[in-house]
Amino acid sequence: MRLKLLGALGMAVFLAACSDDTNKGATTGTGAAAQSTGVTPGSEADLVANVGDRVFFDLNKNNLSSEAQATLDRQAAWLAKYPQVTVQLAGNCDDRGTEEYNIALGERRANAARDYLVAKGVAASRITTISYGKDRPTATGDSEESWAQNRNSITSVR
Amino acid sequence: MRPSDLPLISDVEASLLAAHFGRRALLGAGGLAAGVLAMPLSALAQAAPAGAGEAEITVDQARTAPIPIVIPVLGGDAGQLVSSVISGDLGNCGLFAPINGALPVGVPDFGTYKSLGARALVSGTATTGGGGLRVEFRLWDVLTGQQIQGTAYTAGAGDARKIAHIIADVIYERLLGEKGYFNSRIAYIARSGPRAHQITRLAIMDQDGANSHYLSGGQWLTLTPRFSPVSEQLAFMSYANNRPRVYVLNLATGRQQLLGDFDGISFAPRFAPDGRTVVMSVTRGGGSDIYTVDLATRAKRQLTSSGAIDTSPCYSPDGSQIVFNSDRGGTPQLYIMSAGGGGAKRISYGSGTYGSPVWSPRGDLIAFTRIANGSFSLGVMAPDGTGERILTQGFTVDTPTFCPNGRVLAFCRQTAAGAGGAGFSSSIGTIDITGFHERAIPAIGMSSDPAWSPLNG
Repeated sequence: MRLKLLGALGMAVFLAACSDDTNKGATTGTGAAAQSTGVTPGSEADLVANVGDRVFFDLNKNNLSSEAQATLDRQAAWLAKYPQVTVQLAGNCDDRGTEEYNIALGERRANAARDYLVAKGVAASRITTISYGKDRPTATGDSEESWAQNRNSITSVR
Repeated sequence: MRPSDLPLISDVEASLLAAHFGRRALLGAGGLAAGVLAMPLSALAQAAPAGAGEAEITVDQARTAPIPIVIPVLGGDAGQLVSSVISGDLGNCGLFAPINGALPVGVPDFGTYKSLGARALVSGTATTGGGGLRVEFRLWDVLTGQQIQGTAYTAGAGDARKIAHIIADVIYERLLGEKGYFNSRIAYIARSGPRAHQITRLAIMDQDGANSHYLSGGQWLTLTPRFSPVSEQLAFMSYANNRPRVYVLNLATGRQQLLGDFDGISFAPRFAPDGRTVVMSVTRGGGSDIYTVDLATRAKRQLTSSGAIDTSPCYSPDGSQIVFNSDRGGTPQLYIMSAGGGGAKRISYGSGTYGSPVWSPRGDLIAFTRIANGSFSLGVMAPDGTGERILTQGFTVDTPTFCPNGRVLAFCRQTAAGAGGAGFSSSIGTIDITGFHERAIPAIGMSSDPAWSPLNG
């Protein structure tokens, strides 16, 4: 699965197992232009389909690209619209680092996204962060494209 | 096996072996384990008398092959099992070449074994009865015909493998001059399920892969078990209740406790050499700090506050220093600081990045993971950063852990996955610190995060 394709479609379905201790969201979106219908406003599905639930990072980096900032701007606006919603930001890494360093790096990424949302006016009390290091990859093949997808912070509704 | 068939040790390894063993004196028998009684056996009558249990084989520094040792099937109903475990231990470590099959009666026919090129010979019996096990074991120097060791062990009927590991350790010590490591275990993470969401369970096995069993269910992501050097306790990281934190599990009681109360994620635990405190990382903002937590008082002490990622702390065996991983200089590298924090000094300077440092129980080496050009390596260096040697490489090799005598590393090896995660594998291997004798621990399935125990009590 290619990142370019992902961006073009706006929404791509991944085979991600769902349970309490994994990244939530069986789907991913980087911000669709058109509103999807049939989802409950303010829900996880709404976030994924109409806002974009994740931002991506460069190798060993935690700075937010303009694309990532645009996604987080939409998330901040969406969170302002649904003030009862609380979210978890889960940081993830590709598998090209050590297990323990990646746990810290994933948290650094989630923290970068959190700080951005807080700066945009989202109350810090509505956001929790967690890191799965390299242990919950979205893309399970090993390739540059997969690694790029796995270096992320994924926002989910708690 | 004929001597000419024996695998040769290269000149490089021979010189490393010489340096390794050169500073060790040859001495006494191995330690005893709980529930095991060991009594000396008198020397059998023989042509060249010598004090029982006193003779030694000197390993000459010019040796270029593993030591050929005759390990016949011992007598008694448990003889087959005990012999095979001893032979497996000694053969797998790479420093011995077991010759199996012959069955000596009484005083062995040393002439025959000498002609086979053997240096040492094992004889004895292993018999169960009355709910117990009795193993009589003798070790002989084939060249002189002297008995080097004679010991009778009594233990529980189910302890045959354990007694065999103890005997293999005695043989290792008598012939190589330093303590063995076969009577030990490895804690690890057992993995199953799809790559995107692997089920992880805390597990433990004997160092040879036998007696593997789970210590936890697979509900929560669980990582990085670490043995206490002095007690039956494991520190590890669990995502229980979606709060990733460090826990301590008492292996004797099964009791599990949260260790330390932090706002951030606590991870990367290691026991101090005295077993009284655990050093770990705790995330804060975009970085992570190193803390110690006292097991008895739960008192916390912060050792670093760089703002960068400081993680993977590991004590020197004398407890005076800590090696750790930090990206305070821009990329992940290895640093050493005093055990109280402070005085951090970078020690890794090769190309690429470094991580997962672990200090040898001998004190003279630090093993690490190095990542360069998209490939992982496992290496060792002196604590001052000199003498770096790469031992093995792969798509992913990580989480090195030393065996009790510092001679062998266990580590996790993972292969690259194709589309959809196909072809992904994760296994535990071992390799000698010389870089030779790499092998996978068999028959435990998908696994990672090995942590070698101290010698079993």
